Amino acid sequence: MDRPTWQADVFAALQAARITQLAYVPDAGHAHLIEAAHADPDMQAIVLTTEEEGIALAAGAWLGGKRACLLMQSSGVGNCINMLSLPVNCRMPFLTLVTMRGEWGEFNPWQVPMGAATPTVLTAAGVHVRRADHPGEAAETVAAAASLAFDSAVPVAVLFSQRLIGSKVFVK
Amino acid sequence: MHNEGTLDRRAVVAELVRDPGELLVVSGLGSATYDVGAAGDRALNFYLWGAMGGAAMIGLGLALAQPHRHVLVLTGDGEMLMGMGALASIAAAKPPNLAIAVLDNARFGETGAQRSHTGHATDLAAVAAACGWAEVATARDMDAVAALTPRLRSEALFAVLKISPAEVPRHLPPRDGAYLADRFRRALGVAEG
Repeated sequence: MDRPTWQADVFAALQAARITQLAYVPDAGHAHLIEAAHADPDMQAIVLTTEEEGIALAAGAWLGGKRACLLMQSSGVGNCINMLSLPVNCRMPFLTLVTMRGEWGEFNPWQVPMGAATPTVLTAAGVHVRRADHPGEAAETVAAAASLAFDSAVPVAVLFSQRLIGSKVFVK
Repeated sequence: MHNEGTLDRRAVVAELVRDPGELLVVSGLGSATYDVGAAGDRALNFYLWGAMGGAAMIGLGLALAQPHRHVLVLTGDGEMLMGMGALASIAAAKPPNLAIAVLDNARFGETGAQRSHTGHATDLAAVAAACGWAEVATARDMDAVAALTPRLRSEALFAVLKISPAEVPRHLPPRDGAYLADRFRRALGVAEG
């Protein structure tokens, strides 16, 4: 598979941050990270039925001395709100990478409301929000977000712009 | 279908966590947390007071992080129902060191004892089996609980324990999440890094 370099760099940033549990509800924009996690014997890739499971999983990993990261699409952020009280209340690190929908050239109107609400919702729930719009800044944004999350024990989300991922193409 | 049990929830939990050694215990919010606290507060108990639906997945993250220890999640039927997808996620991950015991009174006990789905139609052990758990069990008397206890402390087992809906005295263990998480990590020796 021909992979964009920035996604390989993001995976390397997660490895450098000592992430060993990568949980996901799949998104095409995360496909490389998911494949890379499954191929890496030092990484456990965990498929979820709904995004808030990943917040609880990350809390358990932290209790056990390990680090997790949750991959999701912006539509999943709304599923997470109450569960975000877990890392906030327990002063635990939490890192999530969110691929944005509903913003740059979106075809599907059903993605627009949650996409537009995503940064506000995360901020309201106590999550620090960072954003990567261009390939050259994705990996360093993830590395900085991981440092903030795990060194300062706070929840942090990195939003991957839909412009960065590329708009999903719907072919009739 | 009322499907109510008769087991005394405090006696059941006391049996499950007697002489816990290094067993890692996660309790779901509400009565399961009170029961685990009443059986004896200890650093390797992580009590949830919120995050409803999250107990089983906390157990999964912990079990994957600590593969040489056994994790027991103790939770109620309402909490397990809210996070039922976790049964599929755990079955997919197949941790050998995670067990879940559901204290099933077929009620939402914290909110006025409204009948839950297990009191209407749902069999959580059958749900777990259908999600891919190889070992599931249901206990309706203390002999069955005693037989399941060593398995819940050493195997990947999902068990439904049919407890009485009778109310028991509240026992309130510590509820400061940051304190609970920190003392748990210190007891495990993972607090630094």
